[in-house]
Amino acid sequence: MLEVKDLHVTVEGSEILKGLNLTIGAGEVHAIMGPNGAGKSTLSAVIAGKDGYEVTHGTITFEGRDVLEMEIEERARKGLLLGFQYPVEIPGVKNIYLLKAALNAKREAEGLGEIPAPEFMKLIKEKIAFMQMDASFLQRAVNEGFSGGEKKRNEILQMLVLQPRLAMLDEIDSGLDIDAMKVVAKGVNSLRAEDRGILLVTHYQRLLDYIVPDRVHVLVDGRIVKSGDADLARELEDRGYDWLLEGSAA
Amino acid sequence: MASQEMEQLVRREYKEGFVTDIESDTVPPGLDENTIAFISNKKGEPEWMLEWRLKAYHQWLKMTPPSWAHLDYPPIDYQAISYYSAPKRPEDRPQSLDEVDPKLLETYEKLGIPLHERAALAGVAVDAVFDSVSVTTTFKEKLHEAGVIFCSISEAIRDYPELVRQYLGSVVPQGDNYFAALNSAVFTDGSFVFVPEGVTCPMELSTYFRINAANTGQFERTLIVCESRAQVSYLEGCTAPQRDENQLHAAVVELVALEDASIKYSTVQNWYPGDEDGKGGIYNFVTKRGDCRGDRSHISWTQVETGSAITWKYPSCVLRGRDSIGEFYSVAVTNGRQQADTGTKMIHIGEGTRSTIVSKGISAGRSDQSYRGLVKVGPRAKGARNYTQCDSLLIGDTCGAHTFPYQEIGNSTATVEHEATTSKIGEDQLFYCQSRGIAEEDAVNMIVNGFCKDVFQELPMEFAVEAEALLNVTLEGAVG
Repeated sequence: MLEVKDLHVTVEGSEILKGLNLTIGAGEVHAIMGPNGAGKSTLSAVIAGKDGYEVTHGTITFEGRDVLEMEIEERARKGLLLGFQYPVEIPGVKNIYLLKAALNAKREAEGLGEIPAPEFMKLIKEKIAFMQMDASFLQRAVNEGFSGGEKKRNEILQMLVLQPRLAMLDEIDSGLDIDAMKVVAKGVNSLRAEDRGILLVTHYQRLLDYIVPDRVHVLVDGRIVKSGDADLARELEDRGYDWLLEGSAA
Repeated sequence: MASQEMEQLVRREYKEGFVTDIESDTVPPGLDENTIAFISNKKGEPEWMLEWRLKAYHQWLKMTPPSWAHLDYPPIDYQAISYYSAPKRPEDRPQSLDEVDPKLLETYEKLGIPLHERAALAGVAVDAVFDSVSVTTTFKEKLHEAGVIFCSISEAIRDYPELVRQYLGSVVPQGDNYFAALNSAVFTDGSFVFVPEGVTCPMELSTYFRINAANTGQFERTLIVCESRAQVSYLEGCTAPQRDENQLHAAVVELVALEDASIKYSTVQNWYPGDEDGKGGIYNFVTKRGDCRGDRSHISWTQVETGSAITWKYPSCVLRGRDSIGEFYSVAVTNGRQQADTGTKMIHIGEGTRSTIVSKGISAGRSDQSYRGLVKVGPRAKGARNYTQCDSLLIGDTCGAHTFPYQEIGNSTATVEHEATTSKIGEDQLFYCQSRGIAEEDAVNMIVNGFCKDVFQELPMEFAVEAEALLNVTLEGAVG
């Protein structure tokens, strides 16, 4: 469903991605690992459409469409959804309001009307319980005063409500204790489906004990230098990234 | 996001820009004693009122316009302004809506305030001011039963002269400042509210102001008095049609709260801000002051300011009564070339007085906005407390925001807190919302409304909805 070909991206004049290739099929869970500064977060940000990233070469295609030609919101409505490493706070805007606006934007794009209030409340209650979040979360301002774990859970909650076609999760495990990680992993695993792709970006193998990927890619210096199955992640845990760094330099 | 894109989207046209074609009975431009006598005569005022006006005029002649505000505008030629304008047939005032000029009703329709429906549906009494004469007053009966007086100030001068005489100018004296003096000399209309002892006004009172006749300054005078244990909530909203000449508006609002009385004054102001170059917008120089005269009295100002080319406005509270409370909640939005210097003054005189200031400024386009607030605690104000929170939000990088807090603390037992933040509308916040599928403009509205939440929740419910809609219209295309 997602095809990234020979992607080159520069940020403020310096090249971060240097010819990245990646194909994610429906029903697959991919993990992108790599040392800090390798360009992991850049990849998901470019796919989502964040400003400040210049694609100098290459293509991104999602279900046959040129992603780079799509507006940010259009990408989201088509089912390309990014879970943030550092979700921002939006004071005064209730969580439930953002969720509803996002869901209705998607429904509108799909030609459905606004979701009826009772149906929405039922959906939200179910998802929030699944993520072991208190209902009071809905009435709080988006991410304001949330702990790291709460923010991450909130990102997954949005995914559960919006049901993306491709869920991209940027370092969703950073700053989580083991209990929070289990809840987050439970949420992500519940997203696994025949018709859905999942892209995990992570620095640590730890997350992959809970969300077992189909494919693992190692991103070093702007390129994928090695791909494999879940065993590769364990190997990285044991050996670190250095042996691959040398390989890429050669 | 590129600033060019921002700029492009900052452009939006004033939606209320239209002019109703009603012949005005307008006095020739210029200001002298004859003009004032003409106004007073036109209003059928008693002799003492004319003298009061003339006294103000003579004080005004000796004064100079204030220059301390962070505003930039050419000098105003006060002799080029016409000081009286009324719809035709001023002697023949309509007795019911059926008699009201249909064109006038049409104007209200365009503004989205169908008078009859609105009044009936919302249970709000509306004293509509078109140009300078009150056209129709509804719900008078119901208010009369409760003993509440709600009428135009002109009527009040005729029908309740002793009340007007007692309170008019007792909060904002004729010579208070340049614009207040001008207003005192030439005010043409406005509202008068009197809530007698122990009465809670049975409905929210609202007035819609509108400036129409070209080049005619409008000088509103509003006086609200709550006797002991009385309560009232007053709403004021304004829009104006598009015009080429600058229009001067210098209103004075006086509030008097006696023992245990409570006055809540809410404003939604949306006057024509001028075109892209700031041409033709309204100049808004307003003096609003509340006097917490009685112990435990309470005055609360809430304002949403989105219009005008120039705003000069500092709704204030004089906290005289022991344990009296003053509040100021403000959202000011400037876009295009708008300039606003606005804020409040909290003057703590009585013991145990408390005040709260929450000011939210949003600047977009090439606008410039200043918050100016004074917290003054007098020697007798033992244990006085003030909390000030002052936040600015910038949209784009061609606008400005300034904060001028002044504190004069004459009592060591006072507690004064001040918090201020300035932030740019977060591109991260925008991206976050957009990456959830929310269109950029909706995202901006969401973020801005969130920013203003603390103030909006102080507005009466129906006004809060209006204010949100107004904000969205004002910032339409402010970010892209």
